[in-house]
Amino acid sequence: MSKRLITAIEIDGAGGHPAAWRGVEVDPAAILTGELALRAVQRAEAAGIDIATFADALEAPADDPERVSVRLDALGLAARIAPSTKSIGLLPTITVTHTEPFHVQASVATLDYVSQGRGGWIAEVSSSAEAAAVIGRREPAPAADTWREARYVVDVSRRLWDSWEDDAIIRDAATGRFVDRDRIHYVDYESPNFSIKGPSIVPRPPQGHPITAVLVNTPEALEAAADAELVLLPGIAELGDRVAAVRAAAERSSGASPRVLVSVSVLLDDDAAAAARRAEGVPAAGADGAAPGGPSVGGDFDFVGGVERLAELISDWAEAGVDGVHLRPASLEVDVPVIAERLIPLLRAKKLVGPAVDRATTLRNRLGLRRPDNRYAVGSER
Amino acid sequence: MKQIHLAAHFPGVNNTTVWSDPESGSQIDFASFQRLAETAERGTFDFFFLAEGLRLREVKGKFHDLDVVGRPESLTVLSALAAVTTHLGLAATVNSTFNEPYELAKRLATLDHLSGGRAAWNVVTSWDAFTGENFRRGGYLDKADRYVRAQESLRIVRKLWDSWTEDDLVLAQAAGVFAREGAGAFADEGAHFTIHGRFGLPPSPQGRPVVIQAGDSDQGREFAASSADVIFSRHGTFEAGQTFYKDVKSRLARYGRSEASLKIMPAVTVVVADTDAEADEKARHIREQQVSGPTAIVLAELLWGRDLSSYDPDGPLPAEDPVVGSSVTQGRVGYNDPAPIVAEWRAQAEAHGWSLRETVINQQNRQTFIGSPETVAAAVNRHVQEDAADGFVLVPHLTPGGLDDFVDRVVPFLRERGVFRSEYSGTTLRSHLGLNT
Repeated sequence: MSKRLITAIEIDGAGGHPAAWRGVEVDPAAILTGELALRAVQRAEAAGIDIATFADALEAPADDPERVSVRLDALGLAARIAPSTKSIGLLPTITVTHTEPFHVQASVATLDYVSQGRGGWIAEVSSSAEAAAVIGRREPAPAADTWREARYVVDVSRRLWDSWEDDAIIRDAATGRFVDRDRIHYVDYESPNFSIKGPSIVPRPPQGHPITAVLVNTPEALEAAADAELVLLPGIAELGDRVAAVRAAAERSSGASPRVLVSVSVLLDDDAAAAARRAEGVPAAGADGAAPGGPSVGGDFDFVGGVERLAELISDWAEAGVDGVHLRPASLEVDVPVIAERLIPLLRAKKLVGPAVDRATTLRNRLGLRRPDNRYAVGSER
Repeated sequence: MKQIHLAAHFPGVNNTTVWSDPESGSQIDFASFQRLAETAERGTFDFFFLAEGLRLREVKGKFHDLDVVGRPESLTVLSALAAVTTHLGLAATVNSTFNEPYELAKRLATLDHLSGGRAAWNVVTSWDAFTGENFRRGGYLDKADRYVRAQESLRIVRKLWDSWTEDDLVLAQAAGVFAREGAGAFADEGAHFTIHGRFGLPPSPQGRPVVIQAGDSDQGREFAASSADVIFSRHGTFEAGQTFYKDVKSRLARYGRSEASLKIMPAVTVVVADTDAEADEKARHIREQQVSGPTAIVLAELLWGRDLSSYDPDGPLPAEDPVVGSSVTQGRVGYNDPAPIVAEWRAQAEAHGWSLRETVINQQNRQTFIGSPETVAAAVNRHVQEDAADGFVLVPHLTPGGLDDFVDRVVPFLRERGVFRSEYSGTTLRSHLGLNT
């Protein structure tokens, strides 16, 4: 039996295509209310997709009148979607470079609470001058430095998640104590970039450690992959070699074996000509049948074509050693329904994905990852 | 007649919150937040209020273990509550000392977009090195500078919220114009911030989310008068409420503001029972639950600024004089001038023959409104009509059912009197509060 793949989907504006917001089926105002994202995540959840990721950056999207130049805070959007879903994992992108590690870990822990154990994050860095300027605290730093710091942020986050033992809240009426203070711990963390006393303000989250993902899009990010439970590897060229490089780096650094997902931008249409037109960004006719107007803005995709061909490729990628696939749809309104209603059933028929999950479960359970022990727990001494 | 404004405060991490009661639920599970928010929305409250924690409290160098402790991060909880409520305002306490304006503006504007115009920011400050130990910059700010930074932070946050004009978001699908070029561009240079760039969110449904302020010092009141939409005050009693109300409202003209543009909402506690006598009895029982012997010692230590662990809570008051500015208690607001309070406690204890614990119970923890539903409704209304308040932030002692009695039994009387809404007339928090947009 072939292995079961992890499936994930990216939420970004109206989709990855720069002209996705112009589609006749899209209400662009629904990008800002969160409704477009919510509908896509609910479709993905119903199909049995494991994870939704949410794109973000500190700086605003590019100031291009033809593209979606707005973006909601990914963490807020994921939290908004949490009560309206029950089994899909929710991973917002959070930049750790100019932000406060203490706030970041508390927010991710809180996402884990409001989603009842389906929370996590994509830890991202920023070397851009734009991001440095909107915060104004320090100069931009090269990627190697920001990733080194990011590894400290991931490390201290996990320590802070452990700073409360699972059984710290005792509600002991006899002694009048709400917590056992011996089961709450300082982390006393020192790094070259920051120090944190701890403990966290948030009790240990449902999953112990919410899921940490890293997008390996630069050589500098490779070492950080060792710290992640999930690695997103963009692009399909030389995939086997790159998966091997991630696994080798993780093994070398920490002996960890993260789940590696190939991250691919996809535009799906069985009709090759129609697919090509969409990729080129030729505007569709209006609802009233009026001739299309406006400029055409093309997109660049890892895959343009029909679901059967994509399913074959995913099968090949599985052979190349990936643990799953992270799909970045060209349009949330057009491509997510195709992924949910056709691609996933096809992958299920090929035994590449498991049955749809129709019950509440933690993301760790879905990924087959055990809940981590608490590094501070004394356990046997009690 | 003035219309009353009401808010629901999620129970906090001090001894007001009774955790030993069998009805007390989780202070951290989302279900508790959802339940209290749904109760508040059923009661057509203006907003739901969350406090913030940045460091666990300590007493004599150890984590304070007698009160509820541990809470989630407020903006993330409120974003989730936006999914399960439709009209209720969602107010987050977020520190201006350990957050940057750009992030604050983005997160709060996101909440306002996601909730259809229901976001509020309670701007608080801190300066102490104790809290700073959890942050990159440490305790970098002088106490005197905390409002300078808060004011500048709020000014820049509002500048970012205002950085798009109403026409900048075009959304012309056929023509292919999403937004005007240059929309959201900003630059600012002040004592605490030098930033520039582009803000990535157009005006949210409220334009500017509601700003709440809780400062009580002269500086804090001036900050509120110049910049806030709501004051979350500590002056819940009638006389103190009137004095505070008059003082703050009289400051508004200096800033060209009308009295109606700033709502004063003291934090209050309420006990409701069938009769006034039963309510008195219930209130007394709750106070005893709130102040155990060990808690009485801790509260006395906060006032005295001294280690009083050798005292018997059921014995007399400490004989020593109080100390100002000690670090016996860390992570909660102490007393600037404890001597007159200690003198008053001593006088009352002597007059009634009270022990230390009894003195704390009677002097510190008396609930604001106690009585039958009619009695409480009449008192709440009197405070508002006679300008001791514009409304109240209700602080229940139980999680999550602590406002059930008020909503089910007192609110109907307020509605009957025509001083509180029976249904929401608008969709935004600004609309509920009667604030200009």
